Amino acid sequence: MIGSLVSTGASTVTEFISQNIFGLDDPNWFMYLLCGVIAAVLVLHVIAVGALFFIWAERKIAGRIQDRLGPTRVGGKFGWLQTLADGVKLIAKEDFIPRDADAPLFKIAPYIAFAASFAAFLALPFADGAVAHHVNTAVFFVLAVLGLEVFGVILAGYASGSKWSLFGAMREAAQVVSYEVPLGMCVVIPVFVAGTMNLTTIGEMQAGWFNNWLVFHDPFTFIAAIVYFTCATASVNRAPFDLAEAESELVAGFHTEYSGLRWSFFFMAEYGSMFLVSALASILFFGGWHPPIPIDIWILEAFADPDLVAAGPLKDAVPSLVTFLVMLIGIATLVAKSVIGVVVMMWVRWTFPRLRIDQVMATCLKYCVPIAAVCFVGSMTWETLDLPSMNTINRYEIHEDWSEDLAVSTVGEDGVDPEWPEDENDDESSEVMDGEEAPIEEDSVAVQNGLSLQEGE
Amino acid sequence: MGILAAVNRVYWHEFFFMLFAGISVVFAVCVLLTQNIVRMAFYLVLSLGSTAGLFFLAGAEFVGAMQLMIYVGGTLVLLIFGVMLTAQQRYVKMNTHPTDWVLATIVGGSLLVLLIGAAAGVDSWKDASASKKALAELDVDDARTATPLGLALTGVRVDKLDSDDPALANGQSGYLLPFIIVSVHLLVVLIGAAYMARTKRSATAPVGRAERARLNIMQMEHETDDVVYSASKQSSSSLLDSDQSQAEESTDEAQE
Repeated sequence: MIGSLVSTGASTVTEFISQNIFGLDDPNWFMYLLCGVIAAVLVLHVIAVGALFFIWAERKIAGRIQDRLGPTRVGGKFGWLQTLADGVKLIAKEDFIPRDADAPLFKIAPYIAFAASFAAFLALPFADGAVAHHVNTAVFFVLAVLGLEVFGVILAGYASGSKWSLFGAMREAAQVVSYEVPLGMCVVIPVFVAGTMNLTTIGEMQAGWFNNWLVFHDPFTFIAAIVYFTCATASVNRAPFDLAEAESELVAGFHTEYSGLRWSFFFMAEYGSMFLVSALASILFFGGWHPPIPIDIWILEAFADPDLVAAGPLKDAVPSLVTFLVMLIGIATLVAKSVIGVVVMMWVRWTFPRLRIDQVMATCLKYCVPIAAVCFVGSMTWETLDLPSMNTINRYEIHEDWSEDLAVSTVGEDGVDPEWPEDENDDESSEVMDGEEAPIEEDSVAVQNGLSLQEGE
Repeated sequence: MGILAAVNRVYWHEFFFMLFAGISVVFAVCVLLTQNIVRMAFYLVLSLGSTAGLFFLAGAEFVGAMQLMIYVGGTLVLLIFGVMLTAQQRYVKMNTHPTDWVLATIVGGSLLVLLIGAAAGVDSWKDASASKKALAELDVDDARTATPLGLALTGVRVDKLDSDDPALANGQSGYLLPFIIVSVHLLVVLIGAAYMARTKRSATAPVGRAERARLNIMQMEHETDDVVYSASKQSSSSLLDSDQSQAEESTDEAQE
């Protein structure tokens, strides 16, 4: 009964819900709406519940690092309900707009920051199949949308009609625009190694033991992961890069004039972005939803139907409920990795002193950009020359699902492969043949080109 | 259920196209009508953002994300400069001269005529039912464009593989050369920008001193009144002398 409830093949949460909970193959608009709302609410709760937990964790961690206890009274021994108490306090506060403020922009700015942070989650896969909207260029989409968060901050800084706010916003703008350069460079490295911008595919390419994680691909990706994390910390405006809200000099920076719920929206956005960049780091460098020990693969193998194993991917050979279980394990793994990332950010915040604005810029332009550039060239060279790597997975066997559709459309009706230029064939196949587990020659060429062409014979 | 059936007949793709296009146009007009420079930038971002929504609706996710990154990000920088240069209250309002209106109307109007002409030239758009049918056949999932675009930029056009021309069918019809030219161009611009922006600390100090000395001399000439502007030769030679003496002084200081 339950087994039939959970079927495979759903590529997004929306499809999953419509197929399995409502049993619809071709849902009508109402079901689409309902499923879309469920997916959106799930994603929203990643931010909302995440903020609830992270604010408590931040207080606790700050307290412990400073040799205090942190919250202890609200909600039992550990102060679990401290955030809820904070929330009630914020709701009870007066929603205040200064006289010199540009009222419409002042009101809308927190929502822009929050919406940008929220929208970036739409393309973020939490496991294979657990993504709100399957975007082919998810890496690019997430970075583009995340960059919009600063827009809310700048609007807030300008619209407050206060010098403190304006200074904070200007600093934030300069900082984010600068740090997008090394951040983008670091993100391009795993994209290059994986050969795709699809986050689901990049995650699937790191299955197995932890040595398959892209951070262990070569020394350069290892350094790039560290640089990425530094730049991500700066781009979500966390200490030691929190110049936009430097209390010592700017009162509270861009949110000086905000109070109550509007203020809290900025913080929901900040914690949302922290979680997002950590999740992105997990997917790009730290194996995504695959645990360090391949528990998910073991489960799949234990339940696999031996007749079907040879036919296709392991996932198609197991009962659908097992696939669902593995997906849940994947979600838990990714969330755990992201929480570790967020906790490291908090640890850094309460350990290092805040940098000066010129030091922030120097860190970006004099250190992060050159290091990222060197890592980019280095890891390209490593991949091209096929130097020894800790990764043992054959990445060319994993490709995006759309490529099969394209292969059908490009291969002629008689099933004959289109002819590829001869010289290209030679170059690329020899390159692949050098690898340990080179697949059949023709296949490798096709996959190298992003196409999985059906073999003629 | 009557309402449900009615809603089911609405063509939702068309509806969202209208929605995004409407937002885009309305806020573009708002950019024209407002005078506050920051609000202008805000409306421009909304207009460009809903254009990105149109791209996503068409299944061109890469182009949509590109639109967000380049145009919305670029407007962001515009906004920063707008605020930085005009933060004082009297500059925040932008007043347009009537001549600007005339010029802008000519330019914008001719572009509009051109675009309407081009749009009217598309045959399949004239027949509404035909375009709906074509749209229904189009599978949005197939329109995932990033990898074909990337392959085209590196020299392989996957959409030309079944072309009659053998050169095109081999996939040798990509945009490698334009891509390289644009890349090199951008690299040159980046290096140029870095060169212009670098601090010329070592070079500026002596020049600054000479400049200061020159200004002092000119002031002295004005005060003494016996050197007039016609005696330019004399003054320039005296300037040279003073520069040399200044340089000697500085070397003396350095030695000390």
